Amino acid sequence: MTSLLEMRSITKEFPGVKALDNVNLTVAEGEIHAICGENGAGKSTLMKVLSGVYPAGTYDGEIHYDGKLAQFAGINDSEELGIIIIHQELALVPLLSIAENIFLGNERASRGVLDWRETFQRTEGLLKKVGLKESPGTLIDSLGVGKQQMVEIAKALSKDVRLLILDEPTAALSEHDSQALLDLMLELKAQGVTQIIISHKLNEVKRVADSVTVIRDGSTVSTMSVHTDEITEDRIVRDMVGRSMSDRYPPRVPTPGALLMEVEGWNVWHPEHKGRQVIRNASFNVRAGEVVGIAGLMGSGRTELAMSIFGQSYGKNISGTVKMHGQPVDTSSVGRAIAAGLAYVTEDRKSLGLVLEETIQKNTTLANLPGVSKAGIINEAEETRVSEEYRRAMNIRTPSVFQKVMNLSGGNQQKVVLSKWLFSGPEVLILDEPTRGIDVGAKFEIYGIINDLAAQGKGVVMISSEMPELLGMCDRIYVMNEGALVGQLTKDEASQERIMSMIVTEVVE
Amino acid sequence: MELAEKNNSGSEGPKLGAYLAGHLRDYGLLVALIAIMVFFQIVTNGTLLKPVNITNLFLQNSYIIIMALGMLIVIVAGHIDLSVGSVMGFIGALAAVMMVNWGWPVWLTIPACLVAGIAIGAWQGYWVAYWKIPAFIVTLAGMLVFRGLSLWLLEGQSIGPFDRSFQALSTGFIPDLFGINRPNGTALAAGVIAVMLVIWMGLRKRAANRKYGMDDEPAMFFAVRTLVICGALFYVMYKLAGFRGLPNVMISMTILTVIYAFITENTVLGRRIYALGGNEKAAKLSGIKTEKLTFLAFINMGLLAALAGLIFAARLNTATPKAGFGFELDVIAAVFIGGASMSGGSGKIMGAVIGAFIMGVLNNGMSIMGIGIDYQQVIKGLVLLAAVFFDVYQKNKG
Repeated sequence: MTSLLEMRSITKEFPGVKALDNVNLTVAEGEIHAICGENGAGKSTLMKVLSGVYPAGTYDGEIHYDGKLAQFAGINDSEELGIIIIHQELALVPLLSIAENIFLGNERASRGVLDWRETFQRTEGLLKKVGLKESPGTLIDSLGVGKQQMVEIAKALSKDVRLLILDEPTAALSEHDSQALLDLMLELKAQGVTQIIISHKLNEVKRVADSVTVIRDGSTVSTMSVHTDEITEDRIVRDMVGRSMSDRYPPRVPTPGALLMEVEGWNVWHPEHKGRQVIRNASFNVRAGEVVGIAGLMGSGRTELAMSIFGQSYGKNISGTVKMHGQPVDTSSVGRAIAAGLAYVTEDRKSLGLVLEETIQKNTTLANLPGVSKAGIINEAEETRVSEEYRRAMNIRTPSVFQKVMNLSGGNQQKVVLSKWLFSGPEVLILDEPTRGIDVGAKFEIYGIINDLAAQGKGVVMISSEMPELLGMCDRIYVMNEGALVGQLTKDEASQERIMSMIVTEVVE
Repeated sequence: MELAEKNNSGSEGPKLGAYLAGHLRDYGLLVALIAIMVFFQIVTNGTLLKPVNITNLFLQNSYIIIMALGMLIVIVAGHIDLSVGSVMGFIGALAAVMMVNWGWPVWLTIPACLVAGIAIGAWQGYWVAYWKIPAFIVTLAGMLVFRGLSLWLLEGQSIGPFDRSFQALSTGFIPDLFGINRPNGTALAAGVIAVMLVIWMGLRKRAANRKYGMDDEPAMFFAVRTLVICGALFYVMYKLAGFRGLPNVMISMTILTVIYAFITENTVLGRRIYALGGNEKAAKLSGIKTEKLTFLAFINMGLLAALAGLIFAARLNTATPKAGFGFELDVIAAVFIGGASMSGGSGKIMGAVIGAFIMGVLNNGMSIMGIGIDYQQVIKGLVLLAAVFFDVYQKNKG
């Protein structure tokens, strides 16, 4: 097989940091090549070098594309040769139609006047290719993330793509949408489109990739091919972090105590769509020192359940009771929920969890400012002491607590969010996707923190889309589907198959 | 000492440079103000810093500065208030009608007008906070409404003059407590006290910073900065002492500035406003009552606009339908020159005050030079753009 792309000893330095150190990447024509590595390992930088975001001359090494030395001065040069990147954050304009988005910057027009017929006709063809049944005039706004991802791919196809690069394409997708996307990748491969996929999800990598390159700390660690090697998740993880998979979840001896929180008969209606019930008669409980999981597909209502309990931050016409230590408590505002001993760590830390422009210190105390104040006046010395304490306890890697959280990696940001909620002194923490978008090493640390919390006698409710994580961490798992808790499994009973079958049975009924 | 290792220790050279680069904005603003003053001092042949003109500078800009305090909070909270000029004019008109037409005494008029300001702020804040109507629209409406209402109140005429005790709000001076009169002993004493306060507070902050390992200002910078501030402060006081002493309005302005600086930097309330502007959703999920804070920010703005309106009317000794026209632009410009961000969440009271002074000195200096109102507008516009460009440029570089 001939290689379409060869990146030879790429080295890229930023002031003070060597982001890439002698990285080699060879992608064969017509294959799907996966690049794995922890966050900050250098994957994105490598792709920016490839696409010309960092123009030739700002890095050392050579890029050979299609047998020729390629020196891209900008992203337009690489697109001209059919190298197209689909970024993690989708670049679609929500209030324009699918057709308009696909041909944005590449409009079908003569003398500046749009040719709507051609635009729509070509869009229809492209949508068929990616398996979307929407009309080309549909607004992006009305599509789910999964379908938006497909539109991005259709957009790439409109540009005669030869090498398609997908940066964490399934990070925000549900299981079902992810599968559809992976199927599409395989289909494109059959049509001869070479693809690079950057992903954390090793089962997906295993499913579609012909070869895998692992990058760690800016260097290539290994390259595997299905033809010559046996690719296993364990091996990829080991290469990524230098640690074996069996140690992915730190051990904990469960010591469940008395009932801490009980939610009974919880009902929530959709805030906008009248008559749509989002949560149906949900009841669950957590004991002190227990880690309880909530499994379910994306869109099953897990976040809505958590947020509606936490100060009615979601939904309308909420009914049901929340009890702490057997006594009903008022959780009708965030302030009251915090006072009742609850904390909610959001799944979307950047837009809901942190004030990115502020320092670690100011984020740490945000939910409990009175805890560092007297008569409404903040004691800055005390505030610094508190945030330093959490920085050390959580092992937040930063030169000082006066750094803006914007500058931290995902894992460290998540630790700041956890610090904030621990400082509010909760008895029960609801963690919504606590390890989303975090690399394997930082995940392990977060798991350690969760275990510590349980050991201190706090109750932890953990919501996650990653079933192995729930199975590895939880003492008990509730299964959620279509707004209802459809069953629960103990640690011994639980398995991916049983959870899935609970969800599926419910769907069939 | 063991915390010192956290700073990028190295040779003194790069450390100084790095520090300067990181704090260019803070120094830049002060340096810009001083440079502008020196420039006008030279081109006006020393008229700018004559005692009578310094006094004028304070009198002319007091209402802009007072409104800038409120505007900074509104902008930090992520909103804007376009109506302050109109509200200020309306309150001036209201005060005139109360005192001249209805014969209300001063002691009743002033609180009544401040309450009216609060009510106006509550009216606008209600729509912004609880109905989520963009502040731009609510206050644009307010701008029209209150401009119209002041025309209606005054029936298109000017109303005045006012009682002396009302005029004292703006044009009064603190008497010389030491009976020297020229130079004014109170002003000199205030100058000495202010200088000592600046040094004492600077040293205290420095000690606290060092204790907790915050990024430490190099000693040289601290010394130079303190010297410049103290020098300027004492110089101004000395000059004021040579005229009629401290204007009343300067005292109220200074006290308000200190109070608002303290509220924004040291209190739970202030911190929460910054968090609200920085990320409203995250603030809300942290248990912060974001609606109430927005509401309060507008109430505060209404109160300060009312105070500014009273001071302005007192200064002119008459309420005119045109009072406050276009002032919102000066106030908003001052806040942005002072380094606040359009998207909310950042900005400082001192920045806004210095920004207001920059605008004020520009106005005053150009007027002395006899530059036409046409060029004045052009230059002020370009200064605003340059200041914000400087911010954006700094941000992109970092």
